Amino acid sequence: MDSNIKNLLWLQSGGCGGCTLSLVCAQSPDFLTAFEVAGINLLWHPTFSLETGREAMLVFDDILAGRTQLDILCLEGSVMMGPNGTGRFHMMAGSGEPMKDIIAKLANKAHHVVGVGSCAAFGGITSSGDNAVEACGLGFEGDIRGGLLGSDFKDKSNLPAINIPGCPVHPDWVTQTLAQLSAGDISADDLDDFGRPHAISGTLVHHGCARNEFYEYKASAKKLSQIGCMMENLGCKGTQAAGDCNIRPWNGSGSCISGGYPCIACTEPGFEEPGHPFMQTPKVAGIPIGLPTDMPKAWFVALASLSKAATPKRLQQNATADRIVSFPERKKKEGH
Amino acid sequence: MSRLIVGPFNRVEGDLEVRLDVVEGRVKSAQVVSPLYRGFETMLQGKDPHDALVIAPRICGICSISQSIAAAQALSAVQGITPLPNGKLVSNLVHATENLADHLTHFYMFFMPDFTREIYADKPWFTAIKTRFAATKGTAVAEMLPQRAEFLHIIGLLAGKWPHSLALQPGGVTRVVESHEVQHLLALLAGFRRYLQKHVFGGLLEDFSALSTLSELHQWAMETRSDFADFLQISRNLGLENIGRAGDRFLSFGAYVNVFEKGHLFARGLSENGQVALLNTGLISEDISSAWMQGDSNPRHPFEGETIPDGEMQNGYTWCKAPRLEGKPAEVGALARQVVANNPLALDMVAQNGGNVEARIVARFIEIALLIPAMEGWLVAIRPEEAFITHGEIPRQAEGAGLVEAARGALGHWLQVDDRKIKNYQIIAPTTWNFSPRDANGVAGPLEQALQGALVQSGEADPVTVQHIVRSFDPCMVCTVH
Repeated sequence: MDSNIKNLLWLQSGGCGGCTLSLVCAQSPDFLTAFEVAGINLLWHPTFSLETGREAMLVFDDILAGRTQLDILCLEGSVMMGPNGTGRFHMMAGSGEPMKDIIAKLANKAHHVVGVGSCAAFGGITSSGDNAVEACGLGFEGDIRGGLLGSDFKDKSNLPAINIPGCPVHPDWVTQTLAQLSAGDISADDLDDFGRPHAISGTLVHHGCARNEFYEYKASAKKLSQIGCMMENLGCKGTQAAGDCNIRPWNGSGSCISGGYPCIACTEPGFEEPGHPFMQTPKVAGIPIGLPTDMPKAWFVALASLSKAATPKRLQQNATADRIVSFPERKKKEGH
Repeated sequence: MSRLIVGPFNRVEGDLEVRLDVVEGRVKSAQVVSPLYRGFETMLQGKDPHDALVIAPRICGICSISQSIAAAQALSAVQGITPLPNGKLVSNLVHATENLADHLTHFYMFFMPDFTREIYADKPWFTAIKTRFAATKGTAVAEMLPQRAEFLHIIGLLAGKWPHSLALQPGGVTRVVESHEVQHLLALLAGFRRYLQKHVFGGLLEDFSALSTLSELHQWAMETRSDFADFLQISRNLGLENIGRAGDRFLSFGAYVNVFEKGHLFARGLSENGQVALLNTGLISEDISSAWMQGDSNPRHPFEGETIPDGEMQNGYTWCKAPRLEGKPAEVGALARQVVANNPLALDMVAQNGGNVEARIVARFIEIALLIPAMEGWLVAIRPEEAFITHGEIPRQAEGAGLVEAARGALGHWLQVDDRKIKNYQIIAPTTWNFSPRDANGVAGPLEQALQGALVQSGEADPVTVQHIVRSFDPCMVCTVH
């Protein structure tokens, strides 16, 4: 086989399959074309491959016996450790073995290990509530290093598990990260403290938000469907959450904000337990807690009160309307 | 007697194992195992009721919008509010988009690749079908992916993204649709219709919808060149209309609420012994006799339901509970929906051969052909100048249900609120019905029944007939147990 071809195995455990379904939405090009161009050979994927049952088991056996090289192992969904560390909540079909053990064995054979989506990265929504199922990520449990593979895990190229966050992931985050891995184009310096490529986490959801002008003047929506900024009242975490969701649209032209609802920071560890209702902003003395990541609070409060005082009437009116009701005024040129 | 354990059973959504007892080349009995438990019902307890709109859709990446709409309906019932007409229209549009995309995904990515297996190498159609439908490599999937992705732009525009949107709320939707956007959406829909008519159906959708009997369908297939017509030819050749029959008791919660009158585009009801009757959802219960669950041995209505997982339960073989209606299993899905909706072709197929593999596939195409015109109608019915949402309040105590139809069948959410928090949240998903285990009376679920008598050819470890039958239900395993 062409030595430039990289073998990819995709496994699913405690998740919803939504990251795969999001990947299927990839466009320009579609994900199969993207994989082909990146020299990625799909050894097996639970959603797409012909092989079922015994045939699929042979694919795993060949990897474990060293007959097939595993260049990239992708996991989608949380690792199910429970109950009491037994992994009984997910025994791999047809094997009688806890899925967590199969993931660990294959991870030790893989040149790169990738957690696709916030479940595989950090535990995600499956670890919500009191996490009775003991769900965790490959290399993290929430924001704490560890997870299934342990805090010291390094793949064969000395990288930690790479995390493509999101609930779900944006399809391009997957295709671009896997193409970079295939090209040998990711180093430890390209990853942030949570193992996320800077290419994904270096941008905030706030960047490119169509409601930026409302944010600048703290002209806030009070109820869902109103077009003002959703940070002050409706729980929006766009100023704190990783992702280029408002620069690189979803499904053509979409994003959570353009769909009319707040960013819930699904790319961040622990997003599933915000400590408040998702669509409400918790406040102390009328000031939202959870301000922009790197902004001193006093400055934020000072700037916010200044900008609020300076809010144009147009923005005040539009912020609590469900569509633009007050249009920008254009100055007429004199003498014409 | 020999035992076969088929797993990981892929090209279904989620993890599945099927255990088969085989006697003289036929399946004598089958056990369906759902091997993954995540605990959504317990994680929802104690939360703000609106948080269900974040958490419940994440049960499933392929039925996400259905989960959202079920949660939103349960919340509107609890709040005593009705979504505004524009909200219903957008909700129907978004829901139909997901369900149609799922039907295509099922046909092209999950179901058809099985006909490219070497076991069919001597069939006259094999070479052409392998070129067209090979898993990940076929010409059909290469053509379908961009079309499907562009079709989902409808959800991108109306609901932000797919899967996992928060746009669908108890009182409507979070985003208005302006008249220029209606035009854009009509154009997207027209583009998708062209693709369907050219490649998937090979003719006008309306011409297909006019077929009312099985013999007309087969005549149509002989005269038509398209992916679906190719399937029908294979199906004739292999006799797929004679395999996979379950109990012929069909249940539908009703799909796509009518906006200006009562009822649904596809009616709610129960079809039993060829007769459609009203559905009494008060008679739904879940039996845990064969589930790895602790609790009451008497089946419980979901409002009284509990979820206490215990992998050590002696008689358990799956995490899936067994939903029953009046104590008996029911099949759900596109075929059930169309039978209950009195679609003539669906009724004729079932009258002639009962529920079967071919009929389940055909029913999805009946829906695709009917839904595109329905979507066109919903789009032009939007009144952009009016509101799209109304807001309610969560009362201190209340209960309510959300009953919808996912692509693969009836989905119910049963919500109880106490002290303005979620007290209990029980979910019965489509594949919970279809892939349910045996109940206290030893009665098998629909798939377990459908597999009885299936052919196991000599040397087969993963019998291909079993694969056709299982995949004909378009199972969603992540929903099944949740």
